[in-house]
Amino acid sequence: MGWRAILVLMALLLGSGTASAHAFLERAEPRVGSTVKIAPAQVRIWFTERLEPAFSTLEVLNERGERVDRGPAQSDETSPDMLQVRLKSIGAGTYRVKWRVLSVDTHVTEGDFIFRVAGGH
Amino acid sequence: MTSRRVAVAAATLLTIASMPALASAHGMAGQRFFPSTLTIDDPFVADELSLPTFLHIKQPGDSEVPAGQVTNISGEFSKRILPNFGITLGGEWNLLDPAANNRTESGFGNLEVTLKYQFFTNAAHETILSAAFGWEVGGTGRQKAGAESFDIFRPALLFGKGMGDLPEALAWLRPVAVTGIVEGVLPSRSGNKKFTLNDDGDLEVEIEKNPNVFHWGFAVMYSLPYLQAFVRDVGLPIIINRLIPLVEIDISNPLDRGFAGKTTGTINPGIIWAGKYFQLGLEAVVPVNERTGKNVGIRGQVHFFLDDIFPNTLGRPVFGR
Repeated sequence: MGWRAILVLMALLLGSGTASAHAFLERAEPRVGSTVKIAPAQVRIWFTERLEPAFSTLEVLNERGERVDRGPAQSDETSPDMLQVRLKSIGAGTYRVKWRVLSVDTHVTEGDFIFRVAGGH
Repeated sequence: MTSRRVAVAAATLLTIASMPALASAHGMAGQRFFPSTLTIDDPFVADELSLPTFLHIKQPGDSEVPAGQVTNISGEFSKRILPNFGITLGGEWNLLDPAANNRTESGFGNLEVTLKYQFFTNAAHETILSAAFGWEVGGTGRQKAGAESFDIFRPALLFGKGMGDLPEALAWLRPVAVTGIVEGVLPSRSGNKKFTLNDDGDLEVEIEKNPNVFHWGFAVMYSLPYLQAFVRDVGLPIIINRLIPLVEIDISNPLDRGFAGKTTGTINPGIIWAGKYFQLGLEAVVPVNERTGKNVGIRGQVHFFLDDIFPNTLGRPVFGR
């Protein structure tokens, strides 16, 4: 009886279709910690969960801490787990991407990473 | 204020008021996710369920207990009462082969109740500090299966520290995190009287002493999810990118009643896979000395994140946001 109860609980948990979870960063363009030869026109980051874009932010800062994005961040209806922001014209240097997102189940997560541009436009 | 501004302000307030509570917990400090470790207690307060934790190891005998195998299956349910204050209920089932009476015995251990207060969290430095008080309720388990007849109290301090604040030159070490515990293990009774009949039929009284113990431990882990998301995307394949290799050290130093200096402990290298709703962990249990044992044991755990599975009901604090 005890093992049956555990199996039923596990089945419920694993099969739960309505639950959501913390949104962790899954991948980014430019990639986390990467060095790109051509300055990107935008930064896009994908998460493990759908986001509430109205309560999520994405900023890109240069080495002096100045914003180089043309915020605010936007999502895409076809990719509710993605956040993107267009960039101003940037040159060679190190850039920090800072994000703070609210997943649809109200969990807040945050983080940052850098990418480098080896050559400007 | 124009009527349009009033309408916008009211709509904003209504939106905020109608939003569910902003959840956190889950062993988070800033961008650091601390997984639940298998051997030592976690420093954070959360809504979680460890079920089951499995341990199998051969233990050495002494003058009172024969050498034998121990199999232990346990579970823990942790619930936040307040956002930073929670309660944990733990239980276990033991199979001793053989037990002290030289027969195979099984049964439940004592109920364990722990209150924990996470009194410090620093996001920038990925640091968590908490205080806990545990109570093993004597007499609630089966004595022949190893449950004590007396209470044991466990005041403890716990910490967690992620290395995400290391300088850029040491960026590859940022995925490292350490959690740990120092606690007192204080039995409510200094000794147990044990009555036996000797070969001549005379009554003999033995006193088993219960020492106070200083218990400490720590876990060192390297988080591949942290490496991928915050340091460098090295292109790890799915499944591998959610692994957290770790080593846990768990040491008990008896302090008195004839046991002073008789240290026991284990080194537990292993790995955790952390998914969305649950994590899986597996560790080897390596005794630090012959007093602890000569054989390597194994420990495994399935651990559920209730705050992610039931974010609006079971997975949120009873009071407060």
